[in-house]
Amino acid sequence: MARVIVVTSGKGGVGKTTTSASISTGLALRGFKTAVIDFDVGLRNLDLIMGCERRVVYDLINVVNGEANLNQALIKDKHCDNLFILPASQTRDKDALTEEGVEKVLKDLEHLGFDYILCDSPAGIERGAVMALTFADEAIVVSNPEVSSVRDSDRILGILQSKSRRAIEGREPVKEHLLVTRYSPKRVEDGEMLSYKDVQELLRIPLIGVIPESDDVLQASNQGTPAIHLKDSDVATAYQDVIARFLDEDRPLRFVTYEKPGILKRLFGGK
Amino acid sequence: MSLLSYFFGNKPKTASVAKERLSLIIAHERGTNRAPDFLPDLQRELIAVISKYVNVGPDDIKVQLEKQGNCEILEVNITLPDQQPK
Repeated sequence: MARVIVVTSGKGGVGKTTTSASISTGLALRGFKTAVIDFDVGLRNLDLIMGCERRVVYDLINVVNGEANLNQALIKDKHCDNLFILPASQTRDKDALTEEGVEKVLKDLEHLGFDYILCDSPAGIERGAVMALTFADEAIVVSNPEVSSVRDSDRILGILQSKSRRAIEGREPVKEHLLVTRYSPKRVEDGEMLSYKDVQELLRIPLIGVIPESDDVLQASNQGTPAIHLKDSDVATAYQDVIARFLDEDRPLRFVTYEKPGILKRLFGGK
Repeated sequence: MSLLSYFFGNKPKTASVAKERLSLIIAHERGTNRAPDFLPDLQRELIAVISKYVNVGPDDIKVQLEKQGNCEILEVNITLPDQQPK
């Protein structure tokens, strides 16, 4: 059985696509056959973050409309053999996504032997976002430690609990995970930023990880390489920890406490 | 003392202000957005039944679902009209 995971947040710019790229890559690196679907119809960006933008021929809407089959539309990742990207359409509008169409794509992916299917949700609570979460078995709710992001995350949790198939059919609810991104331990210590514990207390769902704020994320997107591939990067390590926890391995949280830079570091610079 | 606290800043940190504001607004929105779908219907039918016996209007009944810990409380508040001499 393929597991469908939606990466969602409500608010834009919190790190959904970065997270989708890194988590799908991480699962593929662990040996799982993984597909990642961009649901942001009209504003596709996952292809850029994954570095496959020049290889897009067909997209999700083409497949939904039967203009192309899945094998034609799936793009094999340049780093991992068992990772495939299904891009969003850049030209159509979001009404082209139908529930039956999406369900069929997911079923077909399952028949192709995929273990995990990640759905990269668009921002907002409109059709694209609802379609991305409708068939989810698990949800990774990405939230920044910031008021508007936390509030929107709570809204999207409400939608998960009312509009997902699992909720409508009264099956076991969607398994929810909280991922706090763009976290700055120093600002938390200074009382300028909500702590991950605050965010978790407000949203009341289990925490799967904390990704530190880092310049590396921009460096990764500049090159079209998912951040999890970066060498010696806290962000990459934090995403690997998230993968481990997702697979039920025990990993203590890292990068959540601020360490004062030592005298040498302060004299000679460095991050 | 007040001069010291002025310089060293005893004002609440913005993060705790954020948390307090969020906990209020989230609790409020959970109440309104996550109300089960049957509430409006329940309210309409209650009005229909009660107005058979007492003269009440649609605005005289308030149905609310509140959550306190693990316990859900269905609150039905009916305002009866003042007794009118027959």
